[in-house]
Order: sequence, then C-alpha cells, then structure tokens
Amino acid sequence: MKEFALIFRLKDIADFKPTPEQMQERMNWLAGIASQNKLADKGNTLLPFEGSAKTVKPNRVVTDGAYTEIKEFISGYIVVKAESLDEAVEIAQANPIFDQVGGSVEVREVLRRD
Amino acid sequence: MLPHLFRQEYARMTAVLCRHFGLKHIEVAEDIASDTFLKASEHWAVHGIPENPGAWLYVVAKNRAKDYLKRVWLHETKIRDQQTDVVQPEVSFEFNRQLLSDSQLAMIFAVCNPVNPDESQVCLALQILCGFSLEEIANAFLAKPETIKKRLYRARTNLRRDNFPIRELSETQVKQRLDTVLRTLYLLFNEGYFSKTSDKQIRMDLCSEATRLTMLMTENPLTNTPQTNALLALMCYQSSRLGARTNERGEPVLFEEQDKSQWDQSLIDRGNYYLVQATNSAVVSRYHLEAGIAYWHTTPTDQNKWHHILQLYNQLLIIEYSPIAALNRTFAFAKVYGKQAALPEAEKLKLENSNYYHELLGYLYADTDSEKAADHYRAAIKLSRSKAEKQVLRRRINALEQGAVPRGR
Repeated sequence: MKEFALIFRLKDIADFKPTPEQMQERMNWLAGIASQNKLADKGNTLLPFEGSAKTVKPNRVVTDGAYTEIKEFISGYIVVKAESLDEAVEIAQANPIFDQVGGSVEVREVLRRD
Repeated sequence: MLPHLFRQEYARMTAVLCRHFGLKHIEVAEDIASDTFLKASEHWAVHGIPENPGAWLYVVAKNRAKDYLKRVWLHETKIRDQQTDVVQPEVSFEFNRQLLSDSQLAMIFAVCNPVNPDESQVCLALQILCGFSLEEIANAFLAKPETIKKRLYRARTNLRRDNFPIRELSETQVKQRLDTVLRTLYLLFNEGYFSKTSDKQIRMDLCSEATRLTMLMTENPLTNTPQTNALLALMCYQSSRLGARTNERGEPVLFEEQDKSQWDQSLIDRGNYYLVQATNSAVVSRYHLEAGIAYWHTTPTDQNKWHHILQLYNQLLIIEYSPIAALNRTFAFAKVYGKQAALPEAEKLKLENSNYYHELLGYLYADTDSEKAADHYRAAIKLSRSKAEKQVLRRRINALEQGAVPRGR
C-alpha cells in the first residue's frame, strides 16, 4: 500500500466557507475514505484569510495572503492509502468540491523513507 | 470460588494489602485476602454475621499480614541472616476509606499496563480488580480455563516486573497511563455488552463492573477528565438498554423491536449528566463521539436522529478506523440518504469475512433485489457463530421469499 497526499486548491476565498450542506457532503466523502481504512492522515485545513496567511519569499520578502503566483491557494490536504496512483485519483475524483465550487486536487505520492 | 458479594471486597482488600507488600508480592496479598474471606465464611456460619462485617474482615486481614511479615522477617534475619526487601513487621496497617479508594485507583493503573496485550489487560482487570475466578473469566470469554490461565500467567509476570507503586497516583502516572486505562475499561464493558456468551448474568456483571471502576475514576480530580466522563456516559446509555436487548431465552432483540418501556430512564438521566460533565472542555475523544451516538439512540422519535448519528460516525471513523464503526456508519448513511445511495458505500468496505457486512448488504438489497439480499443473508448465516442471530437471519430470508421482488427492480 502506498500513500498519496491530496492537496486541495481553491480559486476564490469566497469558496472557502462551505454551507452546512456542503460541509456535510465533504465530511461524508472523507468518512467514506476512512471507512475503507484508507485514510492515513486526516491532514489539516489551512486558513487563507488576511491575518492567517503570509508568504515568505527570497531576500526575506513577505507578502500578504496565501497566493503565490497565480490567484489559487491551497485550502488543505489529507493523506490517503491506495494501491496505485490511479486509485488515489479515483478517490480524489469523488470529492464533492467539484460539484460545489470547483478548484483542483493535486495527487502526489508520498516518498517513503526507510 | 468466592460468593458474588465477596468479589469486590476481596479485590479491594488485595489492593490495599499491595500497598504494603508491593505488586512484586501480589500473590501474598491475594493469599491473605482469600484466607481472610475463608475464615469469615467459617466463623460467620457458626457465630452469625458480626455487626460491622467490613471492620471485622480488616482486623483479620491486618493480623494475618502482620503474622506473615513476622514469619518472613524471622526467616530472613535470624535463619538466613540477610536483608529483606519485605516491609518490617512494625509497619502499621491502616484501612480507611481514603486509603481504600487510593489503592484501588492505583491498582487500576497498575493492571492497565501497555506492555500487556489488550485481552490480557481485560482478563487481569477481571481477576485483580473485580475478584472474578478463573472459571468465571473463561466463561465470559467462552475460552478454556487453561487458555486464560496461561494468558494471566504471562500478564502477571509483567505486572510483578513493573512493580507499579500502589499508593496515591501522581500526575505523571495519570498522564502516562490514562489512555490505556480508559481503553481497558471500555473493552471490559464491551466484553459484557457484545459478549460471546449468552449468559445474561455474566454480561450484566461485566458491564456493571466496568461502570463501577470508571465511576471510581470520577471521584479523583486527577482522573476525573472529560474522556472519563464521556466513557461513563457511554456506559450508562448502553446499560439503560441491557435488559431490553435480549429476550428471556438470551436471544438478541433488534433495536427497532425493543420494548422501549424497558429502557432504564434513570440510567439515561445519569448518562446525560456525565455527558454534560464531559463537554466542559474542547476535548473530543472517541468516547465523546460514541456517547453522542448512544445518546441519539435513546431518543427514538427525533426526526434528525440519523442525521446526527451519521455525523458522529463520520467523525469517529476519521479519528480511528474500525470495521464495526464502518458498517454502522454505512447503516446510518442508508437511514439518511436511502438504501440505494448507501449500496456503493457499502460495497467499498470489502469486509467479506464479516457476517455483519453481509447482513448489511442483505438489508440494503432487500427492497430492490431479493435474490441478492437472500444470498447475502445466507453468507451471513454461514459466518455467524451465534445461534440466535442465525435464527433472525433465516426469518428474514423467509420473509424475502414470500414477498419476493423480482431482480433488478
């Protein structure tokens, strides 16, 4: 079994606060992964708001907000257990976020150090 | 074998004697305690029960302990001329209420040693904290006494080696072991609640012992944590249904078919009390979530009940996976979103070796594909080890065959 990080990106800060219904759908999705014993790490949700996010750049330059170059920001991540990249992608595709607000999910295998 | 009434008193006495002898010599403490009770049963049979039986017992135990120490001390110093690691005979034996509860609490922490596997800890708890005999423990686990004996032997060796001090607990000790202690008490309760044995008395005994020990933890400020209260709330809620969930033949009664007037309202009230005590901090443990689920089960008429239960199961699974939680979560999912929506969720669980998995699939297919439903019920019957459960499943297959719904509808 390999581990894959699913990194969530959103396009607009307005999308960050889900409605209770959207929240329920997201929880159902996450618990669905957990109930297959495929959740390795429930990860974290990362606050994108002013006062919660800054970006540090070379020469100690600090900019406001969670944005890097493009106007997309990371909203959180989890780590799942899957046999293959394809399986991890399949899990990501079922994320209700695509029907709710859009955004993207980056799927990345975790390097295992022994 | 001690009569039931003596069990707790025996365990208490062993704990307080271990203050003096140390866990290293727990057998000495146990010998003195059982000697004392033997003497009591003989003496009381002839002379009647004394006015204050507790005080009487402790006077006898005190004298036996002193005699023992004197013997050992004489042996070690006069005969072998060696220093001894056993306490000097002058030591004063006090038995007051505070000492009793401190010793018992320390004994709980001593027994719940993470070095021992879960099932050994539960066996040890039954023997040392609850005063159960080997036969009684074997009965509860549906195991051979020989198996339990071996398990206990290994576990007790570790216990002596650890030599956990039986005195007032320190904050560090509580921090280090509280999780293990709560887990063992939780398992002890479940051993009774979901017991393999159909003996109602044993099941009730295990549940009430686990509840008693957890209650003891709420009496000390160091161990009276939100988790402890949440666990106690869970035990109260579950216990409130103990009488209703098996019939007079010991067969399980399904939740929907239980006679709700048999639920014990006073236990539900106590559950509510402890759940409130558990929520005065931000901590949310698995016991909080399970107590929450058990709470909603005590409110059979609430419209949003299953909605809440699903949310709690979701959180529980995200904290810690277990097959039974996964199956229950899917059942709750079906109650909220319908059987059709729950089917793909259920099939992803891939718990083919579990009878509950097939039972769940049978339930989910029942309205749309009776042949598939019956197949799953048959698979569940094959895997189940409970006669009563097989009976229930056979009845469901019969019902399906009578009102057969054509495949694929």
